[in-house]
Amino acid sequence: MSSVLKVSDLHVSVGETPILKGVNLEIGQGEIHALMGPNGSGKSTLAYALAGHPNYSVTGGTIEVDGVNITEMEADERARLGMFLAFQYPVVIPGVKVADFLRHAVTNVRNPDRKEGEGLIGMREFRKELRSRMTELGMDHEFARRYLNDGFSGGEKKRMEILQLAMLQPRFAILDETDSGLDSDAVRVVSEGLARLSGPQMGVLIITHHERLLEFNTPQFTHVMLGGRIVETGDAALANELHSNGYAEVRKRHPQAAAEEAAAEEALA
Amino acid sequence: MSTDAPSSSDIQPGAYQYGFHDSTEFYSFKSRKGLDEEIVSQISAMKQEPEWMRDFRLQSLQIFESRPMPDWGGDLGELDFNDIYYYMKAAAEQGRSWDDVPDDIRKTYDRLGIPEAEKKYLAGVKAQYESEVVYGSLREDLEKQGVIFTDTDSALRDHPELFREYFGTVIPSGDNKFAALNSAVWSGGSFIYVPKGVAIDFPLQAYFRINSQNMGQFERTLIIVDEGASVHYVEGCTAPTYSSDSLHSAVVEIIVKRGARCRYTTIQNWSNNVYNLVTKRAMVMADGLMEWIDGNLGSRLTMKYPAIWLMEPGARGETLSIAFAGESQHQDAGAKMVHCAPNTSSRIISKSISRGGGRSSYRGLVKVQKNAENCRSNVVCDALILDSESRSDTYPYIEVEEENVAIEHEASVSRIAEEQLFYLMSRGMSEAEASAMIVTGFVEPLVKELPMEYAVELNRLIELQMEGSVG
Repeated sequence: MSSVLKVSDLHVSVGETPILKGVNLEIGQGEIHALMGPNGSGKSTLAYALAGHPNYSVTGGTIEVDGVNITEMEADERARLGMFLAFQYPVVIPGVKVADFLRHAVTNVRNPDRKEGEGLIGMREFRKELRSRMTELGMDHEFARRYLNDGFSGGEKKRMEILQLAMLQPRFAILDETDSGLDSDAVRVVSEGLARLSGPQMGVLIITHHERLLEFNTPQFTHVMLGGRIVETGDAALANELHSNGYAEVRKRHPQAAAEEAAAEEALA
Repeated sequence: MSTDAPSSSDIQPGAYQYGFHDSTEFYSFKSRKGLDEEIVSQISAMKQEPEWMRDFRLQSLQIFESRPMPDWGGDLGELDFNDIYYYMKAAAEQGRSWDDVPDDIRKTYDRLGIPEAEKKYLAGVKAQYESEVVYGSLREDLEKQGVIFTDTDSALRDHPELFREYFGTVIPSGDNKFAALNSAVWSGGSFIYVPKGVAIDFPLQAYFRINSQNMGQFERTLIIVDEGASVHYVEGCTAPTYSSDSLHSAVVEIIVKRGARCRYTTIQNWSNNVYNLVTKRAMVMADGLMEWIDGNLGSRLTMKYPAIWLMEPGARGETLSIAFAGESQHQDAGAKMVHCAPNTSSRIISKSISRGGGRSSYRGLVKVQKNAENCRSNVVCDALILDSESRSDTYPYIEVEEENVAIEHEASVSRIAEEQLFYLMSRGMSEAEASAMIVTGFVEPLVKELPMEYAVELNRLIELQMEGSVG
């Protein structure tokens, strides 16, 4: 049976401010979805809410994986169920080596029922796997010994996220602007890396402003977010249109969402 | 006070795993509680010391009595000097092999893993139990090269001239109230002499164990590293968990001669009823290097500021310290660097972790004396606070009497960042595992300086401290 990530009428607030106002989305295993929309439309909020960030409170609706309601689950439980978020701004963890971090992460995700303090996966096989993944992504093996994201360039951080994706092999991967802040070579590396990793076993949600990431990862579905809702869904052609023409036409077609977007911006100003 | 104390085979519940203790019935000598001239004279007589040492002790007692309790640092209000045993001798003789050590005591050290470690990676071991060293060893080849590694009492007896030349020269009795107390009642500790040019390849280790309730342990360590020689000395400390307090007040004096190196590593893991009030100081001559690596876990209150006096040009000093203050603990720790000569350099890296209502303070001094030109000093203190009940303070003192110097001081205090926790949890780690990983990373710069066995031990101790920290 193929897995499904289903988001139904999701409402999310940050503090007292409602950001998502009824998002519906269904991603099947093996599908690639693009999520586009202007700044502040709620794309990153959706990403964080799906991953279970404690500051993003769900005030209505549900998130389900294969019919299991994960809306109230902690981030670690979701990860063990096969959810993965590639962060727009990966977090620096000083003093923690990439290899140690990944060994813990991989152990938990592959043994979801592991009890606290139970052994980690074997060092030898883990190292071998890590090295081969790094080679595939064109990463220097030295990376494994560096402290997690500490002193990494923008490109190195994003590549690190893709390495984690490769090691954790999630069922559903959300990539939050993984292409932002990268030069075109770096985007190509990341984009090719993702193309190699995603396949029939993975459902992918790519949040992006740019088309380059989609070049190697053609979406079957393109969603447009405006004012905290998905207002349109199309195919790869829609993504191309948005790249060429921006969001003016979308706003015209959805005056109510555009008005809410404007009101929210005013409230912030 | 609990009367149904557990036997040595019981391990107390909770994270502190060295909280067991042995019966004291077999002890060969136990002083009465309290401190006065009679007790001090009795200690000296028991040890059959020369007259000068007895006089030194009695003078030190007067200094101790004349000094007020320090009103800075930690709360010493409940420390009752009259409720402490100042001298206890558990074994009649010091063993040269573990078989010579009384069974109960040997079992304790077995549980602490000392004989095992000795076989694997130590060049020599001293094991102090209460007031006296009960076991001592030194690799034969080192002995042949003239290395002395003995307990301080034996050194006074067997090497009187060397002893008297250096004893009390780095830390005089009048230095502070607790140095005076130690000078009055000192017993045990390590005496090390490394002859010119001898480099000791493996660490020498001393292990200090308090066993009795209301015990006071006052070891006195003196290390002389002669010109061009080098040594790494490691000490570990544990004590049983009791409902009333014990006192540990050591004095450590180190002389690092021209071009010599000394590294002194402490992994202290006292139970939560120990007052740990220690004076440690090294004097470093031309082009010498002194390094203090100081891990402070446990104790009720620790006040400890390892100091380095850079006496001659080219001398260097480094202190790397970490303090972990858990529930009802106060770690007031830091470092002192005194630049007395030109072209000397020092570095202090201090890290502290507070959790469960614990309090950690960094208290440090960098002092540059007049005419000590071209000195450099770099101080970095980082504090990590794990919850809102816990606390961290920084008291950096800088006294500079010379213009041409470079002094840098950086301090940071952080709470475990929500974003770090979320990042790790989103990779499948539980909150507890993620917190432990962040803390382990925080102390990594210190841990990587330790020999592997101690690094593993320190990480394990931190994990134990972190258990139950979430939820």
